[in-house]
Amino acid sequence: MRFWRGVSRNKLLLAGAALLLALALVGVAGPLLVDTGLAEIGSVRPRQPPGPAFPLGTDTQGRDIMAAMVVAIPHTLAIGLLAGLLGLAAGGLLGICAGYFRGVADAVIRTAADVAMTIPAIAVLVLVATNVRSMTVPLMAVIVAGLAWMYPTRTIRAQTLSLRQRSYIDVARLNGVGGFRIVLTEILPNLAPYIAASFVTAVGSAMLATVGLEALGLGPQNDLTLGMMLYWAQYYGAVLRGLWWWWAPPVVAIACIFMALLAASAGLDRMVNARLRVDG
Amino acid sequence: MAAYLLRRLSLMLLVVFLAVTLNFLIPHAMPGDPVELQLQQLSSGGGQVGDIGAMAAAMRARLGLDQPLWRQYLLYLGNTARIDLGVSIAHYPERVADTIAAGLPWTVGLLAVSTLVSFAAGTLLGGLLAWPDGSRLVRLLGIPVIMLSAVPYFVLGVVLLAVFGLIWPILPVAGGYPFSHLPRMDLETALLVLKHAILPAASIVLASLGTWAITMRGTLVGVLGEDYVMLAEAKGLKPRRIFLAYGVRNAMLPQFTHLALTLSHVVSGAILVEVIFAYPGIGYRLYQAIQAKDVFVVQGIVLMLSVSIAVAMVVLDLLLPLVDPRITAPGR
Repeated sequence: MRFWRGVSRNKLLLAGAALLLALALVGVAGPLLVDTGLAEIGSVRPRQPPGPAFPLGTDTQGRDIMAAMVVAIPHTLAIGLLAGLLGLAAGGLLGICAGYFRGVADAVIRTAADVAMTIPAIAVLVLVATNVRSMTVPLMAVIVAGLAWMYPTRTIRAQTLSLRQRSYIDVARLNGVGGFRIVLTEILPNLAPYIAASFVTAVGSAMLATVGLEALGLGPQNDLTLGMMLYWAQYYGAVLRGLWWWWAPPVVAIACIFMALLAASAGLDRMVNARLRVDG
Repeated sequence: MAAYLLRRLSLMLLVVFLAVTLNFLIPHAMPGDPVELQLQQLSSGGGQVGDIGAMAAAMRARLGLDQPLWRQYLLYLGNTARIDLGVSIAHYPERVADTIAAGLPWTVGLLAVSTLVSFAAGTLLGGLLAWPDGSRLVRLLGIPVIMLSAVPYFVLGVVLLAVFGLIWPILPVAGGYPFSHLPRMDLETALLVLKHAILPAASIVLASLGTWAITMRGTLVGVLGEDYVMLAEAKGLKPRRIFLAYGVRNAMLPQFTHLALTLSHVVSGAILVEVIFAYPGIGYRLYQAIQAKDVFVVQGIVLMLSVSIAVAMVVLDLLLPLVDPRITAPGR
């Protein structure tokens, strides 16, 4: 209850979530209004400026930009969400193991996270992506998730460490409750806000890595995403040729996604810290 | 102290070793053969040029790819230790190490200048944002700057490219110096190089300013609540002096820790900016190598990035206690 009241009062979080939902809605409602078949290469006359026939114009390869956006936005969001979920699942599991069970597990997991954070994500991703035969949306998500687990691991580990010192955990332990049950019933519910915050961070870093890889031309070749739209626009010199309707929509959409994520994460941060004050 | 140093250095060695191993393993674990891929690409340009199998075998023998895997690995380790990163396939026989060496000064220069500028400006802005008597103008300025910090560097670069390439062409938008100009060691070249660096640097500065401002603001709010700040106020010191000597000075030091933590993020961002502006640094060379499927150059650049960031982080970590006496190595 308190959680939801906190959410409804949190303007930053609400604004971020609303913006993301609006973008997701483009993917749901867009195909009903726009013929997504026009996002295929050569389906319309190339290089048309925005007009009555093509509200956002067309690119040099003969795609309707409007249709391309309707296809690309859900793909981009799907990669980010999927990679964020995978990263959070792995990071949460490792973080709780390290924080609750300590000992060797903690040492190994912490070192692994530290090492993985030192190696620049983009470098490893470039290496993997250049060696993959054909890139698809789900594969992209899995690859990017491989480097989105470190921050969740660290945050959740630190929080678990502090939670396990609480007296109610001691009470549970003295009552003979097993380790896994304590984690499930005592620790996990109290981690909820941190898990939410880690999720947003994981999605953000996954999205950043995705867009970066795509800018280098390593994104999915057959599925359109915002980053790939930008890559093709850059590849064909759309910016200096004055085809602004080609590169501006993906730029605006990418900027919106990242600003929404920033707002959501700042909002969640505020909530997490408020909780800290109340509990502490 | 010695124990900490040892731990830190061994962690760095582990990172370097892991980076080298990953760099070897990932391309080998993936299906596909770089040599055949390259030959296919060559032959698709000029039609059938003979027995592709024999050519591939000859090329593999020359590149050492016909040896068993463990031998290749040992060879690779040995070569890497001697900074022999192999040769470029697309521009045979150019050495990968030379390609990197040619691009490195551009990237390091761009990164150093833009990071310094953005660090200084962002820290100051963050400080002013946290200051209770700060002007309204600064607050208004803070909002767009912080919003920009969410946007990836290169996306901002695309916008700057459009503005200065088409609408208001006062700055060069591509390359490190004009094609018609032969780079020499004189003032004219220096000015031209500087002029070409403005837009890439501006993309990085504008997009990273906000992150420095946010962290600085957070730290300074904490510092201003400290007792010694209250004492300074009670002593009747000028607000300006309290702000600079008591607030900013103490809040600034954790910013260096933040710099060490986000270094790899900044470097990855700068690499992509280079692609947008065709800036002749490491990033643009990486992009070209990816386009040409030049695996050894990609591998070399990736390795160079991982290793140099690992080393830079250790150096920053070890320098921190010298800058900030409050930080002492654990275990002392």
